[in-house]
Amino acid sequence: MKKISNAQALRQVQEDLKKNFDPNKKMVTICAGTGCRGYGCIKVKEELEAEIKKQNIDVEVRATGCFGFCEKGPLVVIHPEKIFYQQVKTKDAADIISKTVAQGEVIEKLLYRDPVTSATVMKEEDVPFYKKQKRLVFGSNGIIDPTQIESYMAIGGYSALAKALSEMSPEGIIDEVKKAALRGRGGGGFLAASKWEGSRKAHGSPKYVIANGDEGDPGAYMDRSLMEGNPHSVVEGMIIGAYAVGASEGYIYVRNEYPLAVVHLTMAIQSAREAGLLGKNILGTDFSFDIHINKGGGAFVCGESSALFASIEGRAGEPRAKYVHAVEKGLWDKPTVLNNVETWANVPLIINNGADWYASIGTEKSKGTKIFSLVGKINNTGLVEVPMGMKLREIIYDIGGGIPKGRKFKAVQTGGPSGGCIPESLLDLPVDFDKLYEVGSMMGSGGMIVMDDRSCMVDVAKYFLAFLQEESCGKCVPCREGVRRMREILEDICAGKGTEGDIDLLEKIATGVADGSLCALGGSAPNPVLSTLRYFREEYDAHIKDHRCPAGVCKALITYSIDPEKCTGCTLCVKVCPVQATSGEKKKPHTIDNNKCTRCGACIESCKFEAINVK
Amino acid sequence: MTKASNIAATTKTIVKKHGRDKSALIAVLQDIQEAFNYLPKDALKAAGKSLGIPFSRVYEVATFYNAFSLKPRGEHIVKICMGTACHVRGAAAIQDKMERTLCIKPGETTPDNKFSLETVNCVGACALGPVVVIDTEYHGQVTMNKVDKIIGKLKEEGAQQ
Repeated sequence: MKKISNAQALRQVQEDLKKNFDPNKKMVTICAGTGCRGYGCIKVKEELEAEIKKQNIDVEVRATGCFGFCEKGPLVVIHPEKIFYQQVKTKDAADIISKTVAQGEVIEKLLYRDPVTSATVMKEEDVPFYKKQKRLVFGSNGIIDPTQIESYMAIGGYSALAKALSEMSPEGIIDEVKKAALRGRGGGGFLAASKWEGSRKAHGSPKYVIANGDEGDPGAYMDRSLMEGNPHSVVEGMIIGAYAVGASEGYIYVRNEYPLAVVHLTMAIQSAREAGLLGKNILGTDFSFDIHINKGGGAFVCGESSALFASIEGRAGEPRAKYVHAVEKGLWDKPTVLNNVETWANVPLIINNGADWYASIGTEKSKGTKIFSLVGKINNTGLVEVPMGMKLREIIYDIGGGIPKGRKFKAVQTGGPSGGCIPESLLDLPVDFDKLYEVGSMMGSGGMIVMDDRSCMVDVAKYFLAFLQEESCGKCVPCREGVRRMREILEDICAGKGTEGDIDLLEKIATGVADGSLCALGGSAPNPVLSTLRYFREEYDAHIKDHRCPAGVCKALITYSIDPEKCTGCTLCVKVCPVQATSGEKKKPHTIDNNKCTRCGACIESCKFEAINVK
Repeated sequence: MTKASNIAATTKTIVKKHGRDKSALIAVLQDIQEAFNYLPKDALKAAGKSLGIPFSRVYEVATFYNAFSLKPRGEHIVKICMGTACHVRGAAAIQDKMERTLCIKPGETTPDNKFSLETVNCVGACALGPVVVIDTEYHGQVTMNKVDKIIGKLKEEGAQQ
C-alpha cells in the first residue's frame, strides 16, 4: 500500500476500499482459527478453491480469524446471505460451490441443528451460541483477512487513529479513555487511563508502550485469536496509546506457543509501516512511533509486568518489588505502559464511538464487553464476547448450551491459576471484575473452565499448585517453598494419606504465601485452594476422613468394577488393558482384578455399553 | 564442514542478524534452537562471547525458559497440553498412555531419536481438549485409542523412508 500522507487521505483510501468491498458481494469466509485448523479447515479451503476453478465461478474464498464457535468447526459462512455451515468436510466443498454459491440453495445437513428441538438454523446470528453475544471487539474476526491491511481499512480500520491524531490532544484521549472507565483485560482490572496518565506525567525518555500477548493462563486463548484474527486492531490501539502517553517505541510480547500470531502481527506491522501508520511522522504529523515483536520463552511468570520487562531486556524473567512503578520506571527503567492485547483492541472502539457510548455497556464499575474462553465440560466450547454483568448461568447455559451428556454442573473456574472455582449456588452472579473478586475468584484474562460432577475439586486445586510450582521463578521463598509444600499436602490428601490437621496447615501456609510473595503469581497462588476449601469443603473431608473421592478421579481412592447387567462380554476391555487386569470369556460378563488395575481408564474409554463403574 | 565449525558459523550468522544486541539474547537462543533443534553448549559459549555476555548468564537464560532444551531432541516433538481445559477432559490419562506407548517420560527422547516427549502448560487450543501437538500439527479430542493411531502412523512413515 502507498504511504498515506494525512488523516483526510486515509478517509479517501477507506472510501475507495469500501467500493471494492461491497457488503453485498458474494463471498465465502472460512474460519482459520486454531480450533478449525485442528479440524483441518486449510484442506477444506483448498478444496473450495479447487472447486471454484473447476466449476469456473468467480467468488473469493477468504480465510479469516477465529469465529468463536470452535465446537462445531470447520466453520464456513456464505455471504451476503450469511448462511452458516458447520463441521464442513472436504467432500462438502463441491456442493457448497455448485448449490449454495452458484444457485443460492441451502444445504440442510450442514446447518446448525438445535440439540433440543432439532430445528435447523440458517443464519449465523440466529444460532443460540451467537444470539446473546455482543461481539464488539471480536466480531470483525469473521470478516477480515488478517493478512491484508486493506481488509481492515475497508471496515473503517484506522479511523480511530486518524481521529485521534487530527482532532484530539493526547490529554483529550486520556480523558476519553478515563471517562470510558476501560479496565485492563489481562488480570487485575486496573484502570488503563491511570497508567496512561502516570506515564504521560513521568519524567524520562524514551517512553514505551507494550502489549502483553503472553497469554499464560491455562484454558484461555482469546488473545491468541485476536492477534491471529485481527492484529491491526491491537496495533491501532497501541499507536493511539503511544500518542496519548508520548511514547516513541512499542513492543508486543507474544507467547512462544503462538507462531501464527507472530506471523500475522509481523505482517500487520510491516504493512502499517508501508502505509505511513507506523514509523516517522505518522499520517503527516510530528508523531513518530514504531513497534517491535518479542517472542516469549515459555515462562508463565513473564505475564507479570516486571518479569516481562526483564524478558524483553534479554534476561531471565524474574519479577521485582512493586514499590517501583512501571509507569515511571518500567522497561529499561523508562516510563512504560503495559496493557493486555484485548485492552489495546478496545481503544479504537472508544475513540471511534466515544466514551459515553462505551460506558453505556456493562455494569457500574466494569464497562464494555469481555471475551471469555468457554471450555471444559460444556456443550458449546469456544470464544464468547458478552457485555460485562451477564450472569454466569446465561453464559454457561444459554450460550454454552449446558453440560454434555446430561451430567450435573459442579463448578466454573475463572481467573486461571490466580482465580478460583465458583459453585452452582452462585450461578446467578453477574460477571464483572468486582463481583468475581467478591466470591474469591477473579476475572483474570477470561478463561472459564466448566467442570461437571466427574471433576474432583481437590484434584483441581492440586493441578493448579503443580502448575504454579513449576512456573514459580524461585526468587522468593514463600512462593518457591510454600507452594511446593501445599502441593505435597494435597498430593497426600489425593493419595488417601491426608490427616485431620492438613486443612488448617494448608490455610496457614496459604496466608504466608499470599502475604510474603513479591509478585502476583505467589500472591494469588493460594486462591485455587482457598476457593475450593470455601465451597467444596465436603470433598476435602471425604478424601481425608472417608478415603473416598466422590468424583471418581483420585486413583488411590477409587476402584473399578464391571456391571454384569450391562456387560455383553465383547472382550474389548480385555484387549485394551495394559496390565491384564480385566478378564472374562466371550459373551459372558467380565471382571476386573483391582489388585492389578492401575485405573488408567483404557477400559472405560473402550466400553461401548458404559458397563464399567468407578467408585 | 565439521559439526563444531558448523555450530560456530551458524551461531555467528545468527548473532550478526540480531545486530550483536545484548537484549536480543532470547531471540538469538530461539534461532539457535531452531537451527539445531536444541542448544548445543558450543553455540551458547560462542553466542555469549560475541554478544559480550558471560556464559553464566547465557546459561541462566537458557535454563530459565521452558522452550529451551540443552539436550538434543528427537525427530518428532510430542507435546501434551496440560492446560486446565485439557486437564478436566482427561489429559493425565493421555499422558500416561503416551508414556506407555513411547516408553519414555516427559523430557526424554526415545533411544532411536525418533520422538521426544514434552508437556506444555496450555497450547491455547482449549476447545479441542485434550490436545496433543506433534511438531506443528494439532491433534484434538485425543483418546487413548487415538494415541496408538497417531504414533503408529508416524512410525510407519519413518519406516517407509
